[in-house]
Amino acid sequence: MRSIILSTVARAMLPILIMFSLFLLWRGHNEPGGGFTGGLVAAAGVILFSLAYSPRAARRVVRVDLKTLTGFGLLMAAGSGTVAVFAGKPFLTGVWWKLAGPQGSTIELGTPFFFDLGVYLVVIGVTLSILFSKAEEEERP
Amino acid sequence: MSVLLALPVLLPLVCAATAMLFWRRLRVQRTIAVLTALGHLASTLALFVEVRRFGILVARFGDWPAPYGIVFVADTFSGLMLVTTSIVTLAVTVYSLSSIDADRESFGFFPLVCALLMGVSGAFLTGDIFNLYVWFEVLLIASFVLMALGGERKQLEGALKYVTLNLVSSSIFLAGLGLLYGSMGTLNLAQLSVRVAEATDPGFVTMLAMFFLLAFGIKAALFPLYGWLPSSYHTPPTAVSALFAGLLTKVGVYALIRTFTLVFTNDPTFTHRAVLLGMATVTILAGSLGAIVQRDLRRALSFTIVASVGFAVLGLAVSGGASQELATLALAGTIAYVIQAMVVKTQVFLLSGIVRRLSGSFDVARIGGLYASAPGVAILFLLGALALAGVPPLPSFIPKVAVLRAAFGEGLGVYAGVALLGSLLMLGAVARLWSHAFWRAPMERPHESDDDAPVNLVFRFIPVTGLTVVLVLLGVGAGPVFQVATEAARQLLDTDGYVRAVLGGAR
Repeated sequence: MRSIILSTVARAMLPILIMFSLFLLWRGHNEPGGGFTGGLVAAAGVILFSLAYSPRAARRVVRVDLKTLTGFGLLMAAGSGTVAVFAGKPFLTGVWWKLAGPQGSTIELGTPFFFDLGVYLVVIGVTLSILFSKAEEEERP
Repeated sequence: MSVLLALPVLLPLVCAATAMLFWRRLRVQRTIAVLTALGHLASTLALFVEVRRFGILVARFGDWPAPYGIVFVADTFSGLMLVTTSIVTLAVTVYSLSSIDADRESFGFFPLVCALLMGVSGAFLTGDIFNLYVWFEVLLIASFVLMALGGERKQLEGALKYVTLNLVSSSIFLAGLGLLYGSMGTLNLAQLSVRVAEATDPGFVTMLAMFFLLAFGIKAALFPLYGWLPSSYHTPPTAVSALFAGLLTKVGVYALIRTFTLVFTNDPTFTHRAVLLGMATVTILAGSLGAIVQRDLRRALSFTIVASVGFAVLGLAVSGGASQELATLALAGTIAYVIQAMVVKTQVFLLSGIVRRLSGSFDVARIGGLYASAPGVAILFLLGALALAGVPPLPSFIPKVAVLRAAFGEGLGVYAGVALLGSLLMLGAVARLWSHAFWRAPMERPHESDDDAPVNLVFRFIPVTGLTVVLVLLGVGAGPVFQVATEAARQLLDTDGYVRAVLGGAR
């Protein structure tokens, strides 16, 4: 049974939730938010979509293989901690770069952000893997 | 230098993540797993050399100072445990190349082995008791999946018992952590050592100690908490049970030794001399008696794990409240014993897989006459079995003698006597296993094995022979090995040294 209200809302909400999750990820370093919450919000968007349409449709929307996503996220988190080692500091120490932003502003970009990005990917990958494997189990007769 | 402390955890993490990227390409996964095991061995050897040269090493993650951030601490004891872990994992990884079926491989066998290795290494290195809990969870979750992977009926039955009891243990651990943090205000092991020693309410501290004793006692498989081990270890594929046999209970023993030498030392007459000593001796007896009556080869070997855990903890129990000299002797015995036990257990479990491959059964009443058809296997197994029993040229003899000498020196002759009786029973048990499986006239072959695909047994013999060589070297070099173990024991007993290394001046 498909509800037209739910499917319309889900279609509209998916990009909004993804953007919101990216916003949470971005502000996470100094304010509430971060990779974990962001990842959960993004996954929630896809879960909503899969409830409104079908797990198979949701899987098509995600496109990338979830194990690749998880593995890549883990590597990114581990890699971000290793950067400090090459800078001569203990593992997982934050290393910061100052980049020139638009109109003379500076953007501070640090390894903690990439750590968070890794967490974000892992959370999405793991949450959706669990969802899809459960949902596909139910779909089978 | 601090990166050396991170590598034993980082390498398996990278292995697991990379293997996920190559999910469908099993050949790549295999290569990654073997390379990781080799890299892990190199990194732990390098770490061990550094520890021997510079003393206790500390890594502060994220550059946060000690009581606030997470620290990894490597002393001689954890270095020894790590090197042995690498050797065991390398052997099991090579063995599994030819023995794990494609189904299990394609469900992530190799990434899981890496995750298990990561958890074990983290547990041996961490200097923070909550972080220890986290590593326990990492290795447990990996082991849950490895135990159930394949989903055979008896496997799930074993996994159910294993998971349930380990979850109980984790909850007790967590409850203890909450009480510990609430009362002491810190989770850093070094700071805990200081604060617990200054605690005003010794009764409360002893109660806390019991929480951790229960939690680690279940993981280490101490009497009366060992029931899950013999009812689950014989169910997964041989490579998995060999890995568990070599590593898992030893993490529990490690945690017991670490916490009961560093933190909970304020009332050794109760914690060590009453509770631990009692549990250890009964464990030895229960394990040896269990090994005697079992017909299934792997179940019998599982009971020998229980008995050896009893021996390891016996040394810890004797060391509590003993004179400096005897405490060092007892702890050194414990350390040397645990190291060789990890190698022996893995060796015999892997051999049980080869025996099954050759005879088609794990049931000792059905196997027979293997000495005639496979004398090499018979001799390898004999060496492993004699090492289990602690026969002189093999490496478990000297550590046992050390522990027993310390026990007699402390006037604990009764307990030492029971331990000796346990050793004797163990000798009987392994003699029975060996003579039934190898010496007796061949039986008609019952082919109940599903493991009959024509495979290259070389990948199974290389690791087993390698482990046997390590075993013989540990036995031949018993003097130097015991020397190192003695230094490790001194370090463990010198809690001030540990605290100084971790906290520096700040308390």
